[in-house]
Amino acid sequence: MTTIIAADAPLVQYALRLADNALVLGHRLSEWCGHAPMLEEDIALANIALDLIGQARPLYAYAAELEGEGRNEDKLAYLRDASQYRNVLLVEQPNGDFAVTIVRQFLYAAFMAPFWRLLAGSRDATFAAIAAKAEKEAAYHLRHSAEWLIRLGDGTPESHARAQAALDELWMYTGELFEADAIERGLIERGVALDPQTLRPEWDETVDRVLGEATLKRPPDGWMQTGGRTGRHSEHLGFILADMQFLQRAYPGATW
Amino acid sequence: MYTQALNTREAIGPVEDPEHEARFQARVDGEEKVEPNDWMPEAYRRLLVRQISQHAHSEIVGMLPEGNWITRAPTLRRKAALLAKVQDEGGHGLYLYAAAETLDVSREELVEQLLAGKAKYSSIFNYPTLTWADIGAVGWLVDGAAIMNQIPLCRCSYGPYARAMIRICKEESFHQRQGYEIILTLSRGTAEQKAMAQGALNRWWWPSLMMFGPSDKESQHSDKSMRWKVKRFSNDELRQKFVDATVPQGLYLGLTFPDPELRFDEASGHWAFGAIDFDELRQVIAGNGPCNHERMKARRKAHDDGAWVREAALAYAEKRRSRRDTARAA
Repeated sequence: MTTIIAADAPLVQYALRLADNALVLGHRLSEWCGHAPMLEEDIALANIALDLIGQARPLYAYAAELEGEGRNEDKLAYLRDASQYRNVLLVEQPNGDFAVTIVRQFLYAAFMAPFWRLLAGSRDATFAAIAAKAEKEAAYHLRHSAEWLIRLGDGTPESHARAQAALDELWMYTGELFEADAIERGLIERGVALDPQTLRPEWDETVDRVLGEATLKRPPDGWMQTGGRTGRHSEHLGFILADMQFLQRAYPGATW
Repeated sequence: MYTQALNTREAIGPVEDPEHEARFQARVDGEEKVEPNDWMPEAYRRLLVRQISQHAHSEIVGMLPEGNWITRAPTLRRKAALLAKVQDEGGHGLYLYAAAETLDVSREELVEQLLAGKAKYSSIFNYPTLTWADIGAVGWLVDGAAIMNQIPLCRCSYGPYARAMIRICKEESFHQRQGYEIILTLSRGTAEQKAMAQGALNRWWWPSLMMFGPSDKESQHSDKSMRWKVKRFSNDELRQKFVDATVPQGLYLGLTFPDPELRFDEASGHWAFGAIDFDELRQVIAGNGPCNHERMKARRKAHDDGAWVREAALAYAEKRRSRRDTARAA
């Protein structure tokens, strides 16, 4: 079998959404390894990427278990095509310069840090356990990216301009973080999933505080891009998967 | 990853201070560790700066050939392991630069030397990683060769280097096992995977043997390095240990070594091997390896593209300092 379609059961889809966010962002960050502005950042970005890949793995395993089709983490990660991926558009955006990478990380982590903290109280024991571990990691990711954003925003005129440009460019992908569709609403009612709208005040507060310290301007909430949750991605995801899935596609069925 | 035995002859200069020097040698002979604040001959300091910085540069440049497969690793477990491994190499670079800094040279200066093409790094990283099996081969062979060289460095006379090497060796031996496990999996896989493993062994075997440097006969062998207990075994001794340890591992996998003269010599109890093409090594060291230009271009690009980030961090630190001073004055 070369391409699979995951089951559409809400719990499976929810696990895949969280897993795909983590894997795709982890993959993006891993592209920096060996090319960062300083050795400490080669190490830090690799570390964050490892945390994210580490979050994705048990989520895929859980999705596979819930499906009951005999799949595993690798089948779900390596054999679904782009239209089957459920990550938000923000995480698949290219690394750009260091400012783009930091802003992307900050906007995501400012959402995920409280997300995991609250999901640790999920009625679903597996989500709760994964969230309890991810919470600590996300808190570090937020601190790392916020500290950098403050340095870039309040550093030199060049770094300020780059940070502001990155923020302006990525802002239109933030709306999608707060969307909940019918799949999620059912799970929210059962106390399994989180209503992302409840995270809005904390996200706003974090973003405003850090941007204030960074002397950066919060972009106005204009048109927001969306589509990742239904498999309508930007052009970038296809290239990520072309790299990531190459060996599994070229040598189907092999064990690595 | 690793620095190579790039022994270069340095004439032993005039004795700076015979009395100190004699005391220093007695301490080294007595296997005492030399620490940063201790008196040491200038030539000892220079030898260590050169060796430790070459080693650090090798770790950093070595991130590139392996980093080449992070985004294409075939499973999530392999992806995480490879990323963690390359991250470890960055960590090794960091402690080695820190060890060099104890000898009164800054990391910035050393990095400048690398980027200016004035410093060497292990020539092995000028070879390309063409298939996934190369990631296995790099771990098994390149890290395996590195370990042979590095274990004795844990007893090096210079304390900070010796201590850094203890941790590095632990991580390297983990990497070596990880690499071997990749090759093992491939060699038990499909015909295509076996061919991939064999191809990687064919390409990496000789360059790995070259990592030990020129043969003892023609080596610009550093007596000083031995006398000061920085180096403890000759290039050929270490190379033989590596061949003896590695050949049975490859044969166990059903792989063949690209050396028709390779045979077990009952009399000596060692594996005898064919002549190494030292011209190739000289060419690669001279900058003519398949990837020398790319590796240096990638390092320079990362450095240049990151300049504005480093400047921003410094400018911010300066602003914060001056704000604090102003607040204190008020």
